[in-house]
This record gives sequence, structure tokens and C-alpha cells, in this order.
Amino acid sequence: MSFIQIENISKKFDGVTVVDNISQDINQGELFAILGGSGSGKTTLLRMLAGFERPSSGRILLNGKDMTDLPPYQRPVNMMFQSYAVFPHMSVAKNVGYGLVKENIKKPEIDHRVEEILALVQLSSFSNRKPNQLSGGQLQRVALARALIKKPKVLLLDEPLAALDKKLREQTQFELMNIQHELGITFILVTHDQEEAMTLASRIAVMNEGKFIQTGTPTEIYEYPSNRFVADFVGSINLFEGIVATNDSNATQVKTDALGLLAASPDARVNVGETLWVAIRPEKISLSKKTISSTDINSVKGAVWDLGYYGNHCVYRIKTDNGTYLQVTTQNQSRATGLDINWKDEVHLSWDPACCMVLRE
Amino acid sequence: MKQRSYFVTTAMFFGYAFLYVPIAVLVIYSFNDSSIPTVWNGFSLRWYSALFENEQIINAALLSLKIALISATLATFLGTLAGLALTQTNTFKGRLLFTGLIAAPLVMPEVITGLSLLLVFISSEQLIGWPDSRGTLTIIIAHITFSMAFVAIIIQSRLATLDKSLIEAATDLGAHPFRVTLDITLPLIAPAMLAAWLLAFTLSLDDLVIASFVSGPGSSTLPMVIFSKVRLGVTPDVNALATIIITIVGLGVVISGWVMYRQEQRTIRRVQQP
Amino acid sequence: MGSGLLYGVKRVSTPKVPTSERLWQLFVIYLPYLWLLLFFLVPFLIIFKISFSDPVIGQPPFTPLFDSSESSFIHVTLDNYRFLFEDNLYWLSYLKSAKIAAISTFWCLLIGYPMAYGIARAKPVQRNILLMLVILPFWTSFLLRVYAWMGMLSTHGLINTALLASGLIEQPLKMLYSDTAVYLGIIYSYLPFMILPLYASLERLDNSMREAASDLGASPYRVFTDVTLPLSLPGVIAGCLLVFIPAMGEYVIPALLGGLDSLMIGRQLFNEFYSNRDWPVATAVATILLIILLVPIMLLQRYQIAQEDGP
Repeated sequence: MSFIQIENISKKFDGVTVVDNISQDINQGELFAILGGSGSGKTTLLRMLAGFERPSSGRILLNGKDMTDLPPYQRPVNMMFQSYAVFPHMSVAKNVGYGLVKENIKKPEIDHRVEEILALVQLSSFSNRKPNQLSGGQLQRVALARALIKKPKVLLLDEPLAALDKKLREQTQFELMNIQHELGITFILVTHDQEEAMTLASRIAVMNEGKFIQTGTPTEIYEYPSNRFVADFVGSINLFEGIVATNDSNATQVKTDALGLLAASPDARVNVGETLWVAIRPEKISLSKKTISSTDINSVKGAVWDLGYYGNHCVYRIKTDNGTYLQVTTQNQSRATGLDINWKDEVHLSWDPACCMVLRE
Repeated sequence: MKQRSYFVTTAMFFGYAFLYVPIAVLVIYSFNDSSIPTVWNGFSLRWYSALFENEQIINAALLSLKIALISATLATFLGTLAGLALTQTNTFKGRLLFTGLIAAPLVMPEVITGLSLLLVFISSEQLIGWPDSRGTLTIIIAHITFSMAFVAIIIQSRLATLDKSLIEAATDLGAHPFRVTLDITLPLIAPAMLAAWLLAFTLSLDDLVIASFVSGPGSSTLPMVIFSKVRLGVTPDVNALATIIITIVGLGVVISGWVMYRQEQRTIRRVQQP
Repeated sequence: MGSGLLYGVKRVSTPKVPTSERLWQLFVIYLPYLWLLLFFLVPFLIIFKISFSDPVIGQPPFTPLFDSSESSFIHVTLDNYRFLFEDNLYWLSYLKSAKIAAISTFWCLLIGYPMAYGIARAKPVQRNILLMLVILPFWTSFLLRVYAWMGMLSTHGLINTALLASGLIEQPLKMLYSDTAVYLGIIYSYLPFMILPLYASLERLDNSMREAASDLGASPYRVFTDVTLPLSLPGVIAGCLLVFIPAMGEYVIPALLGGLDSLMIGRQLFNEFYSNRDWPVATAVATILLIILLVPIMLLQRYQIAQEDGP
């Protein structure tokens, strides 16, 4: 029996289905991320776990106990809000200790635990401050401490890092992981940011139109997306439609209009003659001014149409002779004032069939 | 967490009933065919015809409308200037006093405002011989004074939400501050100015206490006439008058609400279309 | 060094503003400013001045502002204030006005808070209609709304008729021309002033604040006392002041609904002015009323600024 069991949960608002019959088990101590765009229903699902919304149908079980009908204030679940919702009229210590006061715990004990948790989030010297004297990153940590102090069985995080700037976000990601590891609390987080989900989570559920499209570890999601939506939503990808020409244990070969015959890693599920898509990640393609490939397959000639310089890597858009565009990412490993490959340069692209996959939907 | 408790729903029901039952009763009794004003004696429009034959009320209504039109227009002009002064200029001598002077009429008890204005008119007549008598002119001045404060507040809050970069852009493109105000600011705050004008107009039509202080013989406004009538008790022709006023105001509010709703919907549709 | 002194310093000290721009600014600022000085500030100074002058029989019934015969000497008397302090009537009027205003304010808060809460929590379309229904009476005549209560409360009015019909009373109650009527009139007229600032602060209250409290174990009642109420406090204070201040100086309501013994200070001032024609005493009454209201007025301005800046 899993720690959290979500059983056939649906939610309708005024006849519109926002969460559509989701079932999912989540294990104890897991850091589970729900990744989806706006309107995917991910926040509604989280709010049902917290108790702010009541499911239209289905059940939520925690440790085997049905908590579907429990109000939020009786659930052993706490939430960190996207806006942080730090009470502006209370000091940091009052905010953090709020949940304990509601449990009728004695004051010295409260003070002690507040001190402890503030130390954990590195805010010890701020306990008497008012929220309007804190920075965004500090507010985020107050919200985290406040939600953690009740030692909840599950912590729900609604876009925990969205309001922070990039540098702070990277730093906080690691802090969050450390805290989760240290306390062993199950974290369920909702985010629209695939990088955030990939770095933080042990498992990711990609959500769209109220449904979980794919659930898996970050590498599974990235390297083995189950369909075009996931492949496109998580990272960038080149997709080419084609018809399966041959399929054996060595490779699946697909005849595409855009690039001719392409070879992908073998997939036993597909049949010859089936229409599907060949997918290749931009960073798996190698780019050179000279011909490098010995075979014709998975090898294309083109010209640099566009390029973006990102410092640590470059993104190229290559236009082939027949007008197909491919995206290629290269690492900038050497230090030079100019780029090896520049606008309008003639280039050769090639990639390993093992890096290439076929997607049926 | 959107559901409302029974307590709140009940409180709202009784609250709105409290606000509207007296008005409804007032309207119903305006159609009462009885000279004992509070006993129902069948439907009639006799009090409406009596109202239109009452020359004193008609004259007072016309005077009130005239005063309200003039004072609302001038108050909107001065109040808009004041709103601009408070938001679009930085510091100037006596800004603090100015802010105080704008805010004070909003909360000043009417008896004090009325008394002080009367005394200033009398003193000024003593000193420089103007105004030589009290009447329409002094009422207009008094109404401009207190309603321009309301106008200034409305304009100020509208200007505060205005995108500053619009004005900066116009200035950047070489427009003179006067032209910026005329070409950019005024068109943008025009709806707020209209709302402010309507408020000033209503405040002027509604005012009894201040007008009573500063008016002179022969210039009785509508509220003054109504007040002297109802002091002695309920009179059905006042119910009829009230019904007419409520109908006009109600229609105005419903129509403007509908127009605003339509505009909002159109904006939403425009935003949603790519 | 030399060139710095010549160019940099001089330029900084005289920013060049074109004359036409200055003129436009002066116009925008000083036209309304001058108007308010003339017709708002000066009148108060005159009230203040007259409250220290002697009453005379005549028109106007007070000693001239600047007596040319005694050129430099301005006659000052404290008689008017002494009169106010010695006559119980005035003291009682101030106290009674404050009491009526305070109790009415309390009732407005009691009725207005749940209404404002309900409006703030309604769906957007509903909310606009509910809000409009609160504002609508504003646009109809204040005088006529007070008059409406005369019809409600009179001996044969709706309330008495209903009570008689239900058999709760045998004789019609005398409600009109009493303190109860004054309370009702004030609560009725000023209720929107309470609801609107309350609504503004409740509507702005981030719903996730309430949810956070609930999530941390607070029951709905505790959510209200711990989060909703404290965070709407600026609205509560602004609303209370907006009702208290005008109610304190109210004239029309006690004049129409109150009994002959209804000693509210606004009415007293009016009588002093018109019936007794003792203008210096009337101005002294006004001055003291203003002093009493000074603290609430300043508080209100502070809270309105706080409201505009947000919590």
C-alpha cells in the first residue's frame, strides 16, 4: 500500500472538467513533481490534496485513511503557497509558530521549535522582523518554515521558486532538496518550470488538460518521452513525421519527407507501414564543417540559418537543402573570441541512431 | 473555499432589505389615493398632478438644476486641476496645506462648512462690497468649494493608476506639458471626469444644510423647499417627487452599468482574440 | 577644476525650465489652491475670530472684524466660550451627539461588516451588482431617504401597521420624533460609508492568507479572528471614522426624526444661529465641535493614506 493514494480524482467547475479522473500512488519520502502548463489542472489537484477544493468524484487516501472529506485544518498536510501568504501583521516568529499555537502546545515548547526551524532555514536572526522587512527569498523561507514546523506527513508546494530570481532559484533548489532529505517528509510540488521539476523531483508527472500524460523519473521523462506532447514540453526536440520502412532488432528505419530515411533505436511495438514521428534532441546532434559520417543515414547537409549564443552553449537553427529546419545545441568547450561555426556557414549534421526514438502519438 | 456561510447570506439579505424597504414604501405611498398620507386608499396619480401644479416646487427644482449644472462644471474644472497638481507636479510651496485643504471638505460637518462660508460672504461684503447679496451666486460658490474636493480625489486616484510611461513618452516625443495634458492625460481620464462631474452634480442637487446657510431671500433650492414641507410631517406630493428622482437615478445607474458591462465584455473579447 | 566650476556646478544649480512650462504649472497648482484658500481656509479663520468677539444687535450681529476706530487693537473676548462652559445645555449636546454618533457607528459596523464580507466573496458579476446596490442610495437624495423613515415610523406607518396586525402591540408605538428614530436614520444614511471601505480592504485581502491559516490548523472562526479581522482593520477604522465624523455634526436627521428634546450639537448650532441670532456663540460652538473632531479627522486621513498604499 502506498503512502498517498489518489483514486480516480475528478474536479469540475461549472461543468468544465479541470482534473480528469487521475489515479496515482506516491511513496513516503518521495519528492514528487506535477509539471504542467497554465490551465493544466495541476494547482487544482494540489488544492484538493490540501483540502481547499473538494473533488467532484474520487478519493484521496493518506496512509490508508480516507481524507477526502477532511477540512484543511484537520489534515496532516501543509502547504507552501505560491504567494507565500506570510501574514503581514505577525512577526516572523509568530508566523512560523502559528500552526503550533493551534495545537495547544505550551509556549516554551513553541519557542524552542520555532528557533529550531528558523535555524534550519537560516533565518535565526530575523525572528522579530515583520514580513515587509524581508526580501523575497527570506519570505519564501518563512513560508517553508511555517509549513514544516508542524512536521506534516506531506508538504505541498505551489510553484515554490517561481517568485525568485534565477540565481536565488538555483541556490534555493539545493536547500529545498537538503531539507527534504534531512526531514524525510514527502514533498509534492507543482510547477510549470521543467528545469525546476527535473532538478528537484525524484519522480515527475507531466500533466495536460486534467490528465497525467506520463509519470516517471526525470531521465525517463526526458530521454524516453511517451509521446510528442511530453517530448516537446520537457526540453526542445526535433520531430519528423514518416512511415516505418523496416523494423528489426538493430534499428527502426523510418522514411520521412523532410530528411529521407532515418534510423532510430529499435522499438518492437511499431509495425512496418505505420505513420509515426522520429524525435531527436538538439544536443544529441553533432555539427561540423567537414563531412564526418561514414554512412548516409542520419546525416544531413545544411546551412546555419540562425544562431543564439548563450555563453555556455550555442543554439543553431540549420536549414537543409530541401528547406527543413533542425535545431542543434553545442557546448562551448573552448575559449575563443569568435565562433567556429557562424551564420551562413555550410555544415554537416549527424547523429547516432541510438539517440533517436520513434513516437506513435 | 468560495461557499458563503448562512450567517453572511442572512446578514446580507437583511442588510439589503434595510437599505431598500424604506425606499420601496416611499414609492408605493406616492400612488396612494388618500390625503392621510400613511393609510392606503387605492391607486392614484393625484399626487403627481398636484406636484406638477405646485409652482414653488417646480421653480425650486429649476433653480437647483441650474445651480447643480454650473457648480458641477466649474468644480470639475477646478478639481481636475487640483488632481493634476497633486499627482503630476513634484513639490511646490505649501503642498502639505494644499493636500489638507483638498481632503478637509470631504469630512467637514456640513453645519461648519455652511456657517463658515456664510461668514466669509458677509465679511467680504463688509470689506469690499462683494457679494452685494446672498442667493444663487453664493450657493454656486459654496457648492463648487465642497464638490471640487470630491472631484480632486476621484481624479487623483485615477491619475495614480495611470501608466506614467504614457506621459513620459509624450514628453519624450517633444510635447509641451500643456499639450501633454490636453492630448494624453485628459482623454485618458475623461471617464473619471464624467463620473466626478456626475458626483458633483448630485452633491449639489442633494445639499440642504450648506445652501440653507448661504442662500438669501427668494433663492430656495429644491431640498430647502422639501425640508420646509416635510418638517411638519409626511406629505404625499413629496413621495411623488421622491419617486420621480429615484426613477431617474435608478435608470441612469442601470443604463451606465449596462454600458460599462458591454464595454468590459468587448474588451475581454478583444483580449481573447489573437 | 576650473572648467568644472564653470560648467558643471552652474548648470546643476539652475535647471532650465521654459517660462511657458512654469506658467502652466503655476496655473494648475495655484488656481484651485487660491480658491480653496479663499473659500475654505479663510472662512475657518473668520469663524475662529468671531468666536472671540462680542455680540451686537444689528446686521451682521457681531463686532466688526477690523475696527478702524481702534486701528491696531482687536477686541478679544472669551465670553462666548465661558458661556458655553457654564451652560449645561451645550455640554449635554456635545456628549449626546458623541454618544449617538458612537452607538450608530457601532451598529453600522455590526450590519456592514458581514455585508462587506459577503460582497467581497461573491462572484465578480454578482459582486458588481451587490456593490452597485450599496452605492445606489448615495445617488438619490439624502433628504428623501431620511424622509422615507418618517413614513416608516409614523403612528400609521408601515412598522406600526405591521405590529398592530400581528397582534404584538395594541396601541401604535410612538417611534417618530424620538432618539430611536435618530439612531435608525443615522445608521440607514451612513451604512454605505461603512460598507465601502470595509469592502475595499476585504476585497484586497489575499485569499491565500485565509487558506494558509486554515492549512495550519485554524478553524473557520479562528481564521476570521486571526487573519481576516486584523487584516481588514484599516477598513474598519476608516469606515468607523467616515460614519462617526459626519454623524457627530448631523443636522437634518435630528431635525426631521428627533424629538424636540433631541439635543444634537449640529441642530443646536443651527438654532443658535437662526433662532437666537447669537452668531459669536454659534461660531464658538462650531470651533469646539471642530476641535473635538480634529483627532478623528486626522486619524481618518492617516488611514486613508494607508489604505491607498495597500497593506
